[in-house]
Amino acid sequence: MSSGRAQMNIVIVGHVDHGKSTVIGRLLADTGSLPQGKLEAVRESCRRNAKPFEYAFLLDALKDEQAQGITIDMARCFFKTAARDYIIIDAPGHIEFLKNMITGASRAESALLVIDADEGIKENSKRHGQMVAMLGVKQVTVLANKMDLVDFSEDVFEKLKVDYTAFLARINVTPVSFIPVSAREGDNIASLSERMPWYKGFTVLEQLDQFISEKELQEKPFRFPVQDIYKFTRSNDDRRIIAGTVAAGSVKVGDEVLFLPSGKTSVIQSVESFNTPPKERATSGEPSGFTLTTQIYIRPGELMVKPAEPQPEVGTRFRVNIFWVGRAPMIRNKEYKLKLGSARATVKLAEICNTLDASDLTYSKSKQQIDCRDVGECILETSRPIAFDTTAASETTGRFVIVDNFEIAGGGAVVENLSAGETLLQKHIRDREHNWEAGLVRAEQRAVANHHRAKFIVFTGAPGTGKRVVAKALEQGLFHNGMNVYYLGVATIDRGLDADLGLRADSAGERLRRIGELARILTDAGLIFITTIDDADDYDIETLKQLNEPNDILVVNMGENGFSRYQPDLQVLNGEAVAEAVSLVAGLLKIKDIISDYQI
Amino acid sequence: MDHLDKLEAQSVYILREAYREFKSLCMLWSIGKDSTVMLWLARKAFFGHVPIPLVHIDTHFKIPEMIEYRDRFALEWNLNMIYGQNTEALAGKLTFPDGNTDRITCCKYLKSEALKNTLSGEWPRYRMDHEQRTYVVDEGRDPYTGVIVGVRADEEGSRSKERYFSPRDKDNVWDVGDQPPEFWNQFKTDFAPGTHVRIHPLLDWTEQNIWEYIEREKIPVVSLYFNLGAGIRYRSLGCYPCTNPVTSDAQTVLEIIEELKSGKFSDIAERSGRAQDSEDGGLETLRRDGYM
Repeated sequence: MSSGRAQMNIVIVGHVDHGKSTVIGRLLADTGSLPQGKLEAVRESCRRNAKPFEYAFLLDALKDEQAQGITIDMARCFFKTAARDYIIIDAPGHIEFLKNMITGASRAESALLVIDADEGIKENSKRHGQMVAMLGVKQVTVLANKMDLVDFSEDVFEKLKVDYTAFLARINVTPVSFIPVSAREGDNIASLSERMPWYKGFTVLEQLDQFISEKELQEKPFRFPVQDIYKFTRSNDDRRIIAGTVAAGSVKVGDEVLFLPSGKTSVIQSVESFNTPPKERATSGEPSGFTLTTQIYIRPGELMVKPAEPQPEVGTRFRVNIFWVGRAPMIRNKEYKLKLGSARATVKLAEICNTLDASDLTYSKSKQQIDCRDVGECILETSRPIAFDTTAASETTGRFVIVDNFEIAGGGAVVENLSAGETLLQKHIRDREHNWEAGLVRAEQRAVANHHRAKFIVFTGAPGTGKRVVAKALEQGLFHNGMNVYYLGVATIDRGLDADLGLRADSAGERLRRIGELARILTDAGLIFITTIDDADDYDIETLKQLNEPNDILVVNMGENGFSRYQPDLQVLNGEAVAEAVSLVAGLLKIKDIISDYQI
Repeated sequence: MDHLDKLEAQSVYILREAYREFKSLCMLWSIGKDSTVMLWLARKAFFGHVPIPLVHIDTHFKIPEMIEYRDRFALEWNLNMIYGQNTEALAGKLTFPDGNTDRITCCKYLKSEALKNTLSGEWPRYRMDHEQRTYVVDEGRDPYTGVIVGVRADEEGSRSKERYFSPRDKDNVWDVGDQPPEFWNQFKTDFAPGTHVRIHPLLDWTEQNIWEYIEREKIPVVSLYFNLGAGIRYRSLGCYPCTNPVTSDAQTVLEIIEELKSGKFSDIAERSGRAQDSEDGGLETLRRDGYM
């Protein structure tokens, strides 16, 4: 049982008064999609009030009716052709409604961009063209409207076509077509106009039916952003299901799969679903779930791909196109949250390459921040690597949004992976070390006086593995052996040093940096500095290691291991006795020549 | 993928996103066809399980079949079933059926107030104990920060302005004019302390889609939706003093679909049998104050 007919979302954009509503009214009327008698009623009301009938009134009449709650949808209207059903998404032209326009246009598969042939290209002709392109609406047809006001002149049409094509070329958009129309008179909407015999292309309705509906993603390399990992053990279900929606390509039982950025591999054991016939395969667009032949530890946010196919990029630093709709501007060195596919990461604005001012459409290379409604190109840096495609390769896994102060404040698409360059962290450490103001006591002198060397010891592993108990016992043991040692509890920092970060979701990177900076200072003071971090991964450790340089770090993992390539210095099994764990660590400190002796 | 497959895919994606991002999440189940489809979609999303508590606001005036149906499937599908109620208003008979308030005020007391206080945990919640097969007072009183609601954009004007993930402030107020943008399937999943987010997985479904999906998946729905011989059926379910059946011969899901497509209901609003909508302000007023 299905609705049978194909359906397409289209959005109609353009400058105020260039005729969007008239185009919509025409499409509804000429396809017979209006409620019975509506057209006649509006004509009659115009006659009574001695005002000329306009197709735009149809839309207003429909909206009034909807507002009274009889029919329904304020934000959408419907019409059908022989080929399929269309939903017109109402995208407000006023700049104050940019957030609504974006929300509407992002759901469209194609766009009609209306330009008044008499008035020519205006501010919103450009801005909407740019926004529609950035939102990924690939099929754009430009309607040169009000041709009746320019005597159906081919020259006027051709000039508009040349000018606007040049503008679109600057933002890498190639329109599907240009159609000269008079929406008011009906020329080239449903039938070819006799008044423009020079025009040989499609009518608007023919053009709509030519647009391709299904995004042809099945042919592309397999991409599966891991949305979540389910195990409903309490309901007596032992399946460990990797859940998400296939973004592109397809996969089947027996295929080898690779998870990025962790680099782990496995093989698809089964395709899971509820209340369907058994499945062997999942293709683009399908909400799916898989079990694997091996038990590997992966997290939501990874990208599952097939190793035999072209690979996505993995990196921390990339050049992007971005648009900003946040109340506060986007500024450098502030931490934001990035959401790309199912991945979440802390991100900073590293550099602004150029911005396009939304009001006068001039490019600027000198701006220090990205303001509301700006469109620009910039370099972003995440605190840990994420997997993505540059949009040229696959758009669904290359687009991201940025969250500021709990709200989506911007969006964009990755243009290029720049991960080979110096990272913000490396630059920060270089600056810090360059400006480090050392005292007169040298590290070796401290070591001689203390009878041990400095060390930063990190306990990690899943929550609840007893890390803190062992870490505190180690502190006590070393202290009784006369060492200068200090244990720092995470709760202590949360309410103290990190109190300014509050409950902010995007502060993980900054919290980690502060621990690293503390380690740098305390190991410089000659201490053995101990702390714990839940579930650290390769990048957390790499970050701490870099921040603590030139001093050393020692990593003890307890219980299940969250690392992909990193080998901790010591692995303590789950359930190991505390005293035993402490002597293992102490033993390692001896081997590494940090301490010379340890008595239990 | 056909149109229903796409609607299903989007709803499943939204449900999984909500489950991933909200630690304290619940789903409102009104026992009606829409939220029952939503419950079914949760079983799709979570491979037969429903790892999210279901909350029903029991006004005490619901048609009895609805409560029987609720408890039957709560047990059968192993649901974490919770209900809340305005016991004070009921004890004081501050209701429309008791003749002491108008319809809108009654809705406000028995639905909006009960909902607000059940979600916040200020009033007791009653949870189905699967061993005793009866309701017990729930010990969990944490406020729900994510509330999944089965509203559809095509139902009525104010609902067509909703987002998939729609923030509400401390007082449940919805700022229609200034909503966060939503694009590329990225939603508002971050929220300030004290606020909560309403999640709408069915926003793009129409009444007809709902029935087509019920038919395709063979989802059991309350018998009140069908003409059982008297030539009447309910098109929309609520409290019996304020909900009227419509005259209809439709005895099966397929007949209901036919009726919606080309028959007598193709141009009559679905909620026309719900009396509170036609009182002053109606649903929009109720919704601003926290009604679903």
